[in-house]
Amino acid sequence: MQSVFSNRGRGYRGALSLVLPGAFLCAALSIGACNKSSSASTTTDSSAKAEKAAAPTPTERSTEASGAAVLLPPGLEKSTIKAADYPTAKIMTTGLKVDDDSVTVGILHSTTGTMAISETGSVQAEKLAIAQINALGGILGRQIKVIQEDGASDWPTFAEKARKLLVNDKVAAVMGCWTSASRKAVLPVFEKENGLLYYPTFYEGLEQSKNVFYTGQEATQQILASLDWVNKEKGAKSFYLIGSDYIWPRTSMKIARKHIENVLKGTVVGEEFAPLGNTQFGSIINKIKLKKPDVIFAAVVGGSNVAWFKQLNAAGVTAATQTLLTISVTEDEVLGIGGENLTGFFSSMKYFQSLDNPNNKSFVEAFKKMWGEKSVIGDVTQAGYLGPWIWKAAVEKAGSFDVDKVVAASPEIEIKIAPEGYVKVHANHHLWSKARIGKAKPDGQWEVVHESDLIEPNPFPKGYQ
Amino acid sequence: MNLLTKKISKNDLIGVIVLAAIILVLFPAVFSIFRLNLIGKYLTYAFVGVSLVLLWGNGGILSLGQGVFFGLGGYCMAMFLKLEASDPISTKIQTTPGIPDFMDWNQITRLPLFWMPFKSLTFTILAIILVPAFFSFIIGVAMFKRRVGGVYFAIITQAVALILSVLIVGQQGLTGGINGITDLKTMHGWDIRSDSAKYILYYVNGALLIGCVILTRWVLSTKFGMLLLALREKEDRVRFSGYDVANFKTLAFCLSAVMCAIGGAMFTLQVGFMSPSFVGITPSIEMVIYTAVGGRMSVIGAVFGTLLVNFAKTFFSEQYPDLWLFLMGGTFIGVVMLFPDGLAGLYERYGKPFVARVASKKKSEPTVAVAAALESGGKHG
Amino acid sequence: MSLNEIGSMVAMQGFSGLSLFTVLLLMALGLAIIFGQMGVINMAHGEFMAIGAYVVYLFSQLTQNFAPGMREVYFVPAVVAAFFVAAAVGYLVEVLLIRRLYKRPLDTLLATWGLSLAMQQFFRTFINPKEVSAELPEWLLGAFNPTPSIQVPRNGIFVMGLTILVTVGVYLLMLKSRWGIRIRATTQNRIMSSAVGINTDRVDRFTFALGCGIAGLAGAAFTTIGSTGPTSGSLYIVDTFLVVVFGGAANLIGTIASAFSIAQAQSLLEFFLTSAMAKVLTLLTIIIILMIRPQGLFTTKVRT
Repeated sequence: MQSVFSNRGRGYRGALSLVLPGAFLCAALSIGACNKSSSASTTTDSSAKAEKAAAPTPTERSTEASGAAVLLPPGLEKSTIKAADYPTAKIMTTGLKVDDDSVTVGILHSTTGTMAISETGSVQAEKLAIAQINALGGILGRQIKVIQEDGASDWPTFAEKARKLLVNDKVAAVMGCWTSASRKAVLPVFEKENGLLYYPTFYEGLEQSKNVFYTGQEATQQILASLDWVNKEKGAKSFYLIGSDYIWPRTSMKIARKHIENVLKGTVVGEEFAPLGNTQFGSIINKIKLKKPDVIFAAVVGGSNVAWFKQLNAAGVTAATQTLLTISVTEDEVLGIGGENLTGFFSSMKYFQSLDNPNNKSFVEAFKKMWGEKSVIGDVTQAGYLGPWIWKAAVEKAGSFDVDKVVAASPEIEIKIAPEGYVKVHANHHLWSKARIGKAKPDGQWEVVHESDLIEPNPFPKGYQ
Repeated sequence: MNLLTKKISKNDLIGVIVLAAIILVLFPAVFSIFRLNLIGKYLTYAFVGVSLVLLWGNGGILSLGQGVFFGLGGYCMAMFLKLEASDPISTKIQTTPGIPDFMDWNQITRLPLFWMPFKSLTFTILAIILVPAFFSFIIGVAMFKRRVGGVYFAIITQAVALILSVLIVGQQGLTGGINGITDLKTMHGWDIRSDSAKYILYYVNGALLIGCVILTRWVLSTKFGMLLLALREKEDRVRFSGYDVANFKTLAFCLSAVMCAIGGAMFTLQVGFMSPSFVGITPSIEMVIYTAVGGRMSVIGAVFGTLLVNFAKTFFSEQYPDLWLFLMGGTFIGVVMLFPDGLAGLYERYGKPFVARVASKKKSEPTVAVAAALESGGKHG
Repeated sequence: MSLNEIGSMVAMQGFSGLSLFTVLLLMALGLAIIFGQMGVINMAHGEFMAIGAYVVYLFSQLTQNFAPGMREVYFVPAVVAAFFVAAAVGYLVEVLLIRRLYKRPLDTLLATWGLSLAMQQFFRTFINPKEVSAELPEWLLGAFNPTPSIQVPRNGIFVMGLTILVTVGVYLLMLKSRWGIRIRATTQNRIMSSAVGINTDRVDRFTFALGCGIAGLAGAAFTTIGSTGPTSGSLYIVDTFLVVVFGGAANLIGTIASAFSIAQAQSLLEFFLTSAMAKVLTLLTIIIILMIRPQGLFTTKVRT
C-alpha cells in the first residue's frame, strides 16, 4: 500500500483518477445504448412534434418513437373526411390552435422524478394513439400535432405547465397527469381556462369536472370490486392498509375502510402512510407482521414500490405466507420492482397486458413495434391510449373542436377497439369498464384470475363520502 | 451621530428609481399578462434574495432555510384564501361543508383550532409578519446565543427546512399535504384569478418589493448595517468592543424572515396556491443562488439576479430541459469560484469604467446624468 | 400476543434499527472524514453515493446482457468497483474544484451543491431518468430464520458486514498507518505538518477521495434496499450531515455513536408513530441537543 502512494505512484493515481471515471462514463453510455436498442432513437414520426431539443437526447429515447410505420387497430379504415369540408372558422371559434391542416394537443406527464417510472408508459400510449389517428387521416381532415411538457413529479410544475399549454399554446386538448395530486393541482387551471383534460389513471373518485374526462377507473370500479373479490375468494376479514401519503391513497383507504367495516363486516387492523419517494419500510413491515392481517391492501405509488416490495421480500413476506392485494402496481412498476419480488401477489386493474382478446393483441403488437420489443404496457398506459380516441370520436360527433361542444357530444361514445375490450363514456365523464384481478408472475406479467362484468362508474357512491 | 443619520445618497436613489421604472413601467408594457404573471412570481422570490443580501452578504450568516419563512408567509395567506373559498355553498357536495376540501378527504369533520383565526384578513396580515418573526427569533436566539455560526448554522437551517416540509407533508389533513393548498379563488370577494386582478397584484407586489429594497438599503446605511459588516469580518472584535453580537444577528435574521414571508404571501396571491415544494431544502438553496448571481452585497443586484436566473430557468426548461440543470450547477460553481460578487461586481469592474469613458467622451449634461444613474444602479445596489 | 412473539418483534425491530444504523454510518463515515479532517462541506456527497449505486447497476446490466451465468458472483466485485470509481471521481473533483475553496467553507457548500445538481443531471441524461435497480444475486434475497418467528433480512446482514469491514478499515487506516498519522497531523495543525514535510495537498486529495469512495460503498449497499434514481442522493444528505455534526466531526467514535442513536431513535419512533412524525421528532431532538451542545457529542480539538 505504501508504494502506491509514494512519489513513484503519483502518476498512478493521477492516471487512475482519469481512467476510472472515464471507464464509468463509457460503461454508462454503453449501457444506455443497450437500453436504447430496445427503443430506437430517431424521430421521423410526423405526428409527434419534438419541440424540446432538435436532436433526440438519451433522456428522450424512451418517448421518441422509431421511424417505422405505425400498426393500425383492426377494422378501421382511413378516413375520407377532408379538411375543406370543415372550414376552420366553423369548427373552432374559441381561439384554439387549429388551422386548415393541423390541430395541436398537449401531453403533460412526468418524464423525470419519482413518478417517471409510471408516467412514461402513458406518454408512449398517447403518442401511439395520435400516430394511429394521423395515419388514418387525422381528425376532421387535420393532422394532430403534439406539444409535450414535463411535470417533473412536482405538482406546482404541473399547474404551471398546464397554464402554459392552455393560455400560451392554446392546445385543443391535453392528455395528462397521473397522480391525483397533479390532477388536483391542474384542475383549477382547466376550469378557469375552459380546457379539456383526458386523465388516464385509476383514482379515488369523488370528483366530476366538466373539463376532465376520466379514462381510468374510479374507486367503485377498482377498490370495492377488488375488496369484494378478496373477501369472497380468500375469506379475508382482517386488512392492513398501507399507502403513499397523498390524496389518492388517503382517500382510497378511507373508502376501503368504510367498505370493509360496513359492508364486508371485517376489521382494519392497521393503516399506514409513507411519504412519496420513501425507501425505509422496515418498521412498517414489522408492524404488519405483528398484526398478521389476512390481507395487506397496498396503495404504494411510484418509485417507492421498489423499496416496499424488495424489503417485504427481504423480511420473508411472500405470497406463500401472506395475501397481498395492491391497487397501484402495473406492468410499468414491475419493471422496476423485479418480477421475482412480486410473484403471487394480486393487483386490481381493468387492463393487463396479458389479456386475451383481438383488440389487445393488435394493440400490444403496435405498441411494441413503436416503442420496442421489451416494452411493457400497464393499466394506465392503456387508459392513456383511450384518451385521444375518445377525443377524436367526440370531436367528430360534435363537428367542432370547441371544448363546450366536444364535452356535450361525449356521453354514450363507445370505443370498440379498446384493448381492454369495450368501453363507453358515461354522462359523468367516466367510463364503463370491467374490473380484473391479476396474479403476478415471475416474468413481470400478470395472470388474470378474475374478471367482472361492465361496472357503471359512480364517482360519488352513497355512504362512502 | 453622523453614522446614525447618514442618509441615502443620491446615487442610490437613482438606482432604485431605475429599478422601479423597469419593474413598474417597462415590464407591464412589454409582456403579455401570462408572462407578466410569471415575472410577478419571480419578483416574489426577489424578496428572499433581498433578505439574503442583508443576512448573508452583509452579515455573513448563510441561511439555507429561507424557504421556511417564505412558506410560512405563503401558507398563512393560503389558509385565509382557502377558508374564504370553502364557504358552505361551494362545498356542499362534501361530507362536511364549510371546511377545505382536503380536510374532507382526510375524514376531518371540524375546522382545526389553529385555522379559525385565519378567517380574518387583519389577523392573516399580522400573522404573516409575526409568525416568521417569532420562529426566526427563537431559532436565532437559540443558535446565536450559543455562538453557533457559519457552516453549522447553515446545516441546522437546512434541517429546519426539512423538518417543516416533512411536517407539512405528513399532516395532510391539517395542511393539504404534498398537494399544498390549491384552488384559491377570492380575497374578500375580489377574484384574484382574473386578468385585472393579476395586473393589480403585480403592481402591489412590485411596490412592496421596491419598499423592501429601500428599507434594506436604509438599514444597511445605519449603524446597524455597519455592525453587520463588522460581524461578518471579525465577529470577535465586535464582541470585544462591547456589542451583544447575538442580538444583532437575531435582529438581522428576523428582518430577513419577515421579508421572505411577505414574498411568500404575494406568491400565494399571484400564483393561486401554496405547496411544500417551496419550503424545503432545494428551493431554499436555489434562492441563495439568486442572491449570489446578482451580487450578494447589492440589493438591486439581488433583484436582477433573481429575474435573470428565473428567466433562464423558464427558457431553458422549455427549450432544452436536459441542459438546464447542468447550467444551474455550473452557475453555482462559477458564481462561487469565478465571480463571487455576482453581476453587481461585474458591473462595478467592467461596466462602470466603460460607461464613465463613454460619458466623458460625450461630455454633455444629459449623458452624464444617465451615466451617474447607471453607476449608482450598481454601486451599492 | 405471547412473550415469545414480543421478543421476536423486539428483535426484528431492533434489527431494522440496526440496518438503518449501518446505512447512516456508511454515509456518515465518508462525510465525517471529509468534513472532520478538512472542514469541507460536500453537498454532493449523496451523489457520490449514487455513483456507487449506479456502478453496481451497470455491473448488473452487463451481467444480465452478456454473462447471465455470473449473476451470483458479480455483486462483490461490483461493490469494490463502486468504491474505486467514486474515489476516482472524488479525486478529480478535489483537484478541480475543492482545492480552490479551502478557506471558504460556505462557498464550498454552494459550489458542491451546484456540483450535485450537475451530477444529478448527468445521471438523468446518460444513464436513465427513471429509477433503476440492480438484479440482486440469490444469496442476497429473502430472509434467514435463526428461529421460526424471527426473520432477518439477508441484505441487512450483508450491509452490516460491509459496514463493519469499512469501519474497521477506516480505524486501522486512521490510527495504525502512516497515512493515518499524516491525516491526523494535517487536521490538528496544518502549518506544522507542512513544516515537518508532509505534503498536505496530497493528504487532502487522498482524504477527499477516501471519503467519496466510502460514499460509493454506501451507495452500493443501498442498492440492496431500494431503487436508485438521479435524485436518490439527496434523500439522505441532511440526515448524514446531522449525524456528522451531532457526533462531533473528526471523530470516529462520535460518528458511530451518533449514527446508532439517531437510527435507533427513528426506528423506534416509527414503530409507534407515523414515519413522518418520527422523522420530525428525531430531527427536532437532534437540533435541540445541538443547540445545547453545539460541538456535538464527542469532540476533539480541531485546528486547521
